[in-house]
Amino acid sequence: MNEAFHNESRPNAEALGDASGFFPALPEKMSVRNLDFFYGDHRALKSVSVPLFDRKVTAFIGPSGCGKSTLLRVLNRMYDLYPGQRAVGNVLLDGENVLDPKLDVNALRARVGMVFQKPTPFPMTIYENIAFGVRLYEKLGKADMDERVEKALRGAAIWDEVKDKLNASGLSLSGGQQQRLCIARTVAIQPEVILFDEPCSALDPISTAKIEELFDELRSEYTIAIVTHNMQQAVRVSQYTAFMYLGEMVEFGETDQIFQTPREIRTQDYITGRFG
Amino acid sequence: MSLASIRKARSAIAMGACIGSAVLGIAALALILGALLWNGFSSLNLDVFAKMTPPPGASGGLLNAIVGSLIMTIMGVAIGAPLGLLAGTYMAEYGRYSKLTTLVRFINDILLSAPSIVIGLFVYEITVLQMGHFSAYAGALALALLVVPVVVRTTEDMLNLVPGGLREAAIAMGLPRSLIIRHIAYKAARAGLITGLLLAVARVSGETAPLLFTALNNQFFSTNLNAPMASLPVVIFQFAMSPYKDWQSLAWAGALLITTAVLVLSIGARILGAQKTFK
Amino acid sequence: MSDSTASLVGDARTRALKRFNLGDRAFHLITKSAAVAVLLLLGGVIASLIHGSAPALSEFGFGFLTSEAWNPVTEKFGAAPAIYGTLLTSFIALLIAAPVGFGIAVFLTEICPFPLRRPIGIAIELLAGIPSIIYGIWGMFVLAPVLQATLQPWLIAGFADIPILNDLFAGPPYGIGIFTASIILSIMILPLIASISRDVFATVPTVLKEAAFGVGCTRWEVVRRIVMPYTGAGLVGGVMLALGRALGETMAVTFVIGNAHKIHASILGPGTTISATIANEFTEADGVLYTSSLIALGLVLFVITFIVLAASRLMLARLKRQEGR
Repeated sequence: MNEAFHNESRPNAEALGDASGFFPALPEKMSVRNLDFFYGDHRALKSVSVPLFDRKVTAFIGPSGCGKSTLLRVLNRMYDLYPGQRAVGNVLLDGENVLDPKLDVNALRARVGMVFQKPTPFPMTIYENIAFGVRLYEKLGKADMDERVEKALRGAAIWDEVKDKLNASGLSLSGGQQQRLCIARTVAIQPEVILFDEPCSALDPISTAKIEELFDELRSEYTIAIVTHNMQQAVRVSQYTAFMYLGEMVEFGETDQIFQTPREIRTQDYITGRFG
Repeated sequence: MSLASIRKARSAIAMGACIGSAVLGIAALALILGALLWNGFSSLNLDVFAKMTPPPGASGGLLNAIVGSLIMTIMGVAIGAPLGLLAGTYMAEYGRYSKLTTLVRFINDILLSAPSIVIGLFVYEITVLQMGHFSAYAGALALALLVVPVVVRTTEDMLNLVPGGLREAAIAMGLPRSLIIRHIAYKAARAGLITGLLLAVARVSGETAPLLFTALNNQFFSTNLNAPMASLPVVIFQFAMSPYKDWQSLAWAGALLITTAVLVLSIGARILGAQKTFK
Repeated sequence: MSDSTASLVGDARTRALKRFNLGDRAFHLITKSAAVAVLLLLGGVIASLIHGSAPALSEFGFGFLTSEAWNPVTEKFGAAPAIYGTLLTSFIALLIAAPVGFGIAVFLTEICPFPLRRPIGIAIELLAGIPSIIYGIWGMFVLAPVLQATLQPWLIAGFADIPILNDLFAGPPYGIGIFTASIILSIMILPLIASISRDVFATVPTVLKEAAFGVGCTRWEVVRRIVMPYTGAGLVGGVMLALGRALGETMAVTFVIGNAHKIHASILGPGTTISATIANEFTEADGVLYTSSLIALGLVLFVITFIVLAASRLMLARLKRQEGR
């Protein structure tokens, strides 16, 4: 199998150097250019380039450890929290370099929201889970805040289930509800980009379906990146797909094209289940 | 005798010795508690709570000592706990990976078990010597310094137990660390933090050595913080060492009170600590 | 900033973020100062002890450590009896408490019926938190008279004809003294040793023990060959921690030590420890040299316990790393 990779190896830059070149008409909300990432001495991302098109869903697929979650954590500088992790290259958000050390990371994260693998409701009421973040950024009256909370909960398709128990603890909800609460919480502070890191991997199929249904709605307002292990999910929710392998960006393209006529043999092997 | 049966016999003897040591140890501790309960309850009466410590040979109570202990313990915790909480917060949050944290943790662990009488000497030098007299302030400060390491330790441990995912989720919203710590981490770790506080109170409420030459003692009721103040442990020490029967039985009564308080606090801490506040 | 940000939430968010950064930096600084204050606390203790003991140390020099003199009238002070008493009481206490503590830990992890393990374990942990003054008055009122009437005369008579041991257990039976203090100390540190050893034993992976049982090891062989070697560093660390406590313990000892600044050959005789000396004499000490000598004793105690506790922490940390692997 490795042999095949070597035979097929094409220079990364040539294949994906400026991926937007393939899609000239679309505006890029975020662009990753020649990004390297290191955990200490280990190089986890190798000269990765990929665009996130405005108000589209881009799915990142690939076997475990291929760097897709790492890439996501660069986009909102989450890696900053841990020592020994560093990123080299360019990550642009509306043309502004996200990796600039002088950048206010809190401002960045307010613009680039994130939903995690495991639901993480805060230890407070359902209402407060939403209002907490909003209140920090904006001074809203009671009515306005109620409205904002309702809008966010509706946006995450959970309003009907929780509207009668807004003062219950966020932890009292089921796993799927908790995850939608977390989506609502992210939406409430009105980001521009939302990153989903395997948002359904801890959920049952019904909860998963409910969350997948959200994506079409969400992409009318937000640029979305989703990391997933589930290829059907990538097909269902995304317009663009990036396939990563061993820290490299192997192929990026329209989702239909990636899954129907992959250009790279490694992509084909992966989507047909020959490895991963 | 076969090798197998020798081995079996050896194991049986060793295990018997273990059971024996368990019985011995538990019996010794039971004897102490038994003597405490017996002597304590036979000396306990309403006067203990209503009257002042008596002069030699007279009867009286422990009211001034109880009040003194309460005042100094509360003050000590009020001074020591916030400092410990902040230091522990730094170690678990901002400085989780810094060298400073490793060093502070090491030093704090040593302070945790350092002889309390040495802390007393330190406070004597920086307060009593400077002010020229013993005072409740000095006693409270000595207790505060004993509270700090306990609270630092539990704060760091408890904040480290807050799931990393929760912290990351809050950070991913662009919230600043200070708000996340105060509104989310403290809340998630609340039961643990209160447990630490109770343990700290339990720890200092029985402390005698550092009070001997800071707050000293006071035979009379006093709430003057700038003057010597009685405390239960010091009164127990003084009275137990005396040849007077009345004093000795008051010492037992005081010992029972302190032990009860400490046990109630530690059991409370345990119950609270067992509550799961985060997943 | 893009137009979309500005239009979405505008200046309010920018202002909020600025406020955040300010508040965050302040809180960071405050917590960091608190952490540094813990270091300063230790530094302050050391500095003040050195400062306070300077008069005594400059008067007596290193002889302070070796001199047996303790005379407030002639103002001659030496630390030898107190250091001797401190080390000896702690050593004997450990000699008694360590095996018994290990035994309790083995009992709790290997033998005790499951429903009883938690209650007994909790009881032992609670006892570890009982103030030492309780142990002290029990020792004085209950244990000392009993020992004086029973064990001590028996020891004196029993070892009377055996050389060396007859010096170690020479009469008369005072009741109070080094021996009684050691026993009180051993009872006091027993819960600590037992609960740490139990925690340490619990770190042994069950599969390891099951594998040993699987090849036909007896219970004792599993403890001796698997559990103890695996937990070696942790056990030693736990014992050292208990030693640190015993060395610095004041109230459990002061009641029953006898407060005599003499080094007796017999461990039944009265003696003193550093902490007991300070507790008994500090408030009555008059004269710079007397007070300073007591503080110098405190410095010696602090140095000894610091070394023991530091070693103990390093060993416990080593076990933790091993466990994490």
